[in-house]
Amino acid sequence: MSQSYNRGLIEDFSRWREFEAGMWAWIFHKFTGWVLIGYLFTHIAVLSTGIPAAGASEAALMAGEDVYTQTIVTLEGLLLVRILEVGLLAVAVFHMLNGTRLLLVDLGVGLEAQDKSFYASLILTGAITVASVPTFIAGAF
Amino acid sequence: MSTQLPKQTEESSETETETEPAVASKGDDRRAEKRRRADEKRRQRQAEEAEKAAADEETVELKVFRYDPEVEGKQEPRFDTFHVPFTKGMTVLDALMYSRDTYDSSLTFRHSCRQAICGSDAMFVNGGQKLACKTQISDLDQPIRVEPLPHADVTKDLVVDLEHFYDQMEAVEPYFQTNDLPDGELEEQRQTRENREKVKMSTRCIWCSACMSSCNIAAGDNEYLGPAAINKAYRFAMDEREGEDIKQKRLEIIEQEHGVWRCQTQFSCTEVCPKDIPLTEHIQELKREAVKNNLKFW
Ligand code: HEM
Ligand code: SF4
Ligand code: FES
Repeated sequence: MSQSYNRGLIEDFSRWREFEAGMWAWIFHKFTGWVLIGYLFTHIAVLSTGIPAAGASEAALMAGEDVYTQTIVTLEGLLLVRILEVGLLAVAVFHMLNGTRLLLVDLGVGLEAQDKSFYASLILTGAITVASVPTFIAGAF
Repeated sequence: MSTQLPKQTEESSETETETEPAVASKGDDRRAEKRRRADEKRRQRQAEEAEKAAADEETVELKVFRYDPEVEGKQEPRFDTFHVPFTKGMTVLDALMYSRDTYDSSLTFRHSCRQAICGSDAMFVNGGQKLACKTQISDLDQPIRVEPLPHADVTKDLVVDLEHFYDQMEAVEPYFQTNDLPDGELEEQRQTRENREKVKMSTRCIWCSACMSSCNIAAGDNEYLGPAAINKAYRFAMDEREGEDIKQKRLEIIEQEHGVWRCQTQFSCTEVCPKDIPLTEHIQELKREAVKNNLKFW
């Protein structure tokens, strides 16, 4: 299958590190895509506690003493989880915005502005993330 | 000028060998003396130049990659520093040529036209793929690091093996083909202005390999055709004079496993292309052509 060059002794010379916008966009998109997949599995694991919880008694459910509610309450009580949620939002928003940018690129729309649309995705992601902080962190302290 | 020089030296060595047999020992002596004097002269000149460079405020500091697997002292890759007096309009190639001619005649790099048309001097300058003759020293931070192109085998110093790049270019059959020739034997094969405009940018490629070297995908997949070859395919696939049959053949070449679908729209090739060819745009357009070609709703 695929096979790449190895220059041996001089492999570590003239390594390319000065990336331009499009390359950063690609790296971030790959990274965020895989983080989202990772989250998907933890998300499924957490939600699955709802299956045993469904068998709990009416009273236990009303009192919030079932596994599902307990799990959620415990997780949301952790500051780390709250911070990770802000991170997750940032990752998801960037992936959506840059994903839309990539779809436009695939359609051949606005290729001259591909760097600007990447910067716009970044700025918008930053703004939305900052705006979300009060909601996510509320009551964590 | 540069084409004249080698001829002259050839001639002079010829006359030397002609006179040699008669008085061999005398000739040897004379040549040894000559060599000694030339050596002295060169050393003197180097010292002078170094002094001048040190005294002169406007000098450029160049750090140049050196490596030669065939010379024992150069098997360990290293960087040599050269101080070159700056002149207005100086390019990286000018500075390299000065370094070679003044300090170290073994410094090896390709160049020919010095005007961004032969495509022989793509290098890695300050961390980016650049055409040395098209890169102004004044635009760069110093010291200027000059290295061979990444993702290709280094033959010597700044020279990389481009055989693989040429193979990929050949793979797309980079020449005009058609089944419908005009009637008369001497009739011209005319192209509409609009069609010429469409392929205009793609015809500019000078086969410098900067794009291939910058491509992350090409680095990880040696069989990937690469931006330049796909651009070549675009140049002909979009040329209406080739006709439908040939276009079909061209699309088949570019849509194979290591063709256009490897492109992840990183735009690196478009950024580095010294001829400003919108490579990513061309690759994307061929992707859409390939899809349109295979999707049939009727
Ligand atoms: C509105 C939401 C989304 C949009 C617009 C979007 C868009 C895209 C696009 C266009 C690509 C292809 C990138 C390319 O051309 O190389 C992509 C890749 C990917 N996406 Fe999404 N996506 C979205 C949501 C998600 C979600 C929810 C997940 C995870 C559960 C996800 C996981 C991934 C992964 C893993 C990749 C592949 C990354 C790689 O290895 O290259 N995406 N996305
Ligand atoms: S497409 Fe541009 S960068 Fe690539 S080989 Fe041709 S001229 Fe060089
Ligand atoms: S020397 Fe010909 S392109 Fe630079």
